[in-house]
Amino acid sequence: MTEDDIIARLKENVIQGRKTQQDEGIDEKLSGTPGVVELTRLALEKRISLEEIINALTAGMRVVGEKYSSKEYFIPDMLASAEAVGEAMEILKPLLEAANVETKGKFAIATVHGDIHDIGKNIVAILLRGAGYEVNDLGTDVPTEKIIEFIKKESPDYLGLSALLTTTMTEMGVVIEALKDSGLRDRVKVLIGGAAVSDEYAQGIGADAYCVDGFQAIKVLDSFQQAKTS
Amino acid sequence: MPREGILVPNPYERITDEQVQQIHQASLQILVDPGLICFSKKAAEIFQSNGAEVAAVASADHPHWHIKIPEKLVTEALDNAPKTVKLGARNPDNALIMKGDEPRVYFISGSETNIWLDVDFPTYVKKSDSSIEIKVPEFHPRRATVADLCQSAHVCEHLETLDGYIRTVNIQDEDITEDNKDVNKFFASLNNTTKHFMSGLTKLEQLDNVVRMAELIAGGKEALKENPIISFITCLVKSPLQFVADTTDTFIEVCRRGLPTAVSSSPQAGTTAPIKEAGIMAQINAEVLAGITLGQLVNKETPMLYGSVPVMARMDTLSDSYGSVETSQYNIDCVQMARFYKIPNYSTSGVCDAKIPGQQSSIERLFSDIVVTLSGPQFLHCAYGLLDCNAVFCLLQAVLDDAHFQMIKFFLKTPRINQQELVETMKQIREVVETPQKLYIGYIRQVMRSGEISPPYPFEGDGESDSVFALAYQRMNELLAKPVEHIDPETTAKIFQEIPGLLPRLNVYKEGK
Ligand code: B12
Repeated sequence: MTEDDIIARLKENVIQGRKTQQDEGIDEKLSGTPGVVELTRLALEKRISLEEIINALTAGMRVVGEKYSSKEYFIPDMLASAEAVGEAMEILKPLLEAANVETKGKFAIATVHGDIHDIGKNIVAILLRGAGYEVNDLGTDVPTEKIIEFIKKESPDYLGLSALLTTTMTEMGVVIEALKDSGLRDRVKVLIGGAAVSDEYAQGIGADAYCVDGFQAIKVLDSFQQAKTS
Repeated sequence: MPREGILVPNPYERITDEQVQQIHQASLQILVDPGLICFSKKAAEIFQSNGAEVAAVASADHPHWHIKIPEKLVTEALDNAPKTVKLGARNPDNALIMKGDEPRVYFISGSETNIWLDVDFPTYVKKSDSSIEIKVPEFHPRRATVADLCQSAHVCEHLETLDGYIRTVNIQDEDITEDNKDVNKFFASLNNTTKHFMSGLTKLEQLDNVVRMAELIAGGKEALKENPIISFITCLVKSPLQFVADTTDTFIEVCRRGLPTAVSSSPQAGTTAPIKEAGIMAQINAEVLAGITLGQLVNKETPMLYGSVPVMARMDTLSDSYGSVETSQYNIDCVQMARFYKIPNYSTSGVCDAKIPGQQSSIERLFSDIVVTLSGPQFLHCAYGLLDCNAVFCLLQAVLDDAHFQMIKFFLKTPRINQQELVETMKQIREVVETPQKLYIGYIRQVMRSGEISPPYPFEGDGESDSVFALAYQRMNELLAKPVEHIDPETTAKIFQEIPGLLPRLNVYKEGK
């Protein structure tokens, strides 16, 4: 495989949402051929630059976004591609750090204490990882203390909280109060989501944003980034 | 390759084998006592010469006969009637092959209503806030024309689930007369669909013109026998138990020509049949058996369908309540009787009592469409666009009904559970539970595109508005804009030369068209 081949295939496999060689993707012709993970490793072996690899991943993801907007692709397609890109970024992470390249930011996400719903939270995590964020998934039914501890230690830029129950959404307010009490509130932006909550609720508890879904979360985060740079 | 229709894996049965036997026995007894009244001299003679007991009844105005049909004649007819019937089509891929003991369902339109329902979407402004406007469908009934018949055949050609075309409306243009109605309705329909065409006949004298037209299209007498692109509906027995003069004569002539025909009876429980299920069943079955017996006596092995259109009476108007639950029960009972005789069944579902498309019409028709289909009739007619107890046809409704049948057909796909599938998916299960997200999304994308999963309802609008009618209307116009394969110019020219009474405006190749 030439370098150009690797780059072209990387992009194509992002579009196909094929994380590994085993993934079926959409086009049956590709089955059994290397997926994004194998191609990323191969690209590094062949000493293709980090920039070129990331450009290929981003270009693939852009096509996926277009296909989704034009209704050719559905959410599962978007997720598969995002997952593939997320996995590639995981491989590139140590190299990016060594090269002092900044990621878009660290995002910690958790379903709050008392709540075990995680489908929505997982989708958001996959999408954000695919969009270039470094995502730490703390799991479900996460006690507030554990969240605070994590933030103290790892200093993520963002904290995402998910709650699907009216009985557990109050826990989000508890987390925000605890952040204040520990003097961490200014260090992290809090995004909340889940069927139980709303924009008004977010404002009420002092969260920075409410997001209906993962796509909105990407937009909101981008707007935060812009605000930061301007 | 004929059309596939949908094969019902385990047809639903309402009545037991014992009840089927009981109905059969009761019908045989009815055919002897009280027997039938017959207003057709030809039929009376045929029955008499074959050993039935026939007695003339003295009557000043309408001569008629009292006929008792012995069991032996019925049993022989049931033996002779073909157990497989082929309905051909201009496009041979649209042929329908019906086996009396195979529950493969074909979905067919119907049924010669007088009224055609137009729809448009005027804009309404909210009284308390004039900035808010909505478009509301309005339905306008009017007398149907030959142009409507062409339009509906055109749309039906493109409705995916629709397997055959029964003329939808009765053409009532000013230049349509009793004498030219048959040729025009056959030509209008055949010229706009390549699917099978079935119709009743208005005038016996027109039969040979219509058959000749079909021969020209099919490519000759023999070709028409091989590929019967047309068939007939004959309600020769009027309930209760009377052979009608003209339809019976038409039926006899159709049988003589060996063309397929639906031997149909439509008793109304409460008025022209007993209100009790046992009673209407014994009677309708006797009526259909009487027709089948006559047909087989006329022409042994002539193809025919066991035609059942049993309905419940609406107590407020005494109209045919197709929307009633009982109507579906009777229809399913008839499906079982026909299957017992192994003769393909012409059954009924989808007609509603509601006067216009809307919630009531959707509920009534979807209910009967589902339950009657599940019982596995071979030829399910009246299934598209019929409203108001079968008095009104609406093309928009036919487009909506196509979506219903897509769902029903999807539902009836055979379950895909086998060792290989289980082994493959168990592997998936083991893999997915190992991942942090525990989602099966990686395995659905090829399936999503393979047609293996059902599509969302096709007329779903955005947000909280209900746009079903507007979107179905858009679909209807898209289908009308799609071309149809007309009869070729040469054959058309021959037809217009040979067949008298055709309206020149139906010739699509005429100059200026
Ligand atoms: C699936 C489901 C379950 C599954 C969860 C499986 C799993 N792995 O998560 C099971 C069966 C386990 C379950 C259990 C229960 N459930 Co439940 N469940 C649901 C259901 C049907 C769908 C949730 C879902 O996954 N949606 C799909 C995902 C994609 O959407 P989503 O979660 O909303 O996430 C999207 C957005 O909201 C947003 N988002 C979500 N979180 C976040 C976070 C951030 C940071 C951001 C940016 C965005 C974001 O992005 C996501 C992607 O687009 C909902 C009904 C509903 N309509 O929500 C009920 C529902 C949430 N459940 C309900 C209930 C009552 C329960 C139980 C208490 C039932 C019981 N008696 O045991 C238990 C809860 C136990 C507990 N302690 O948590 C109720 C809650 C009512 C209430 N009081 O508020 C609901 C609303 C159903 C109902 N109408 O009654 N449930």
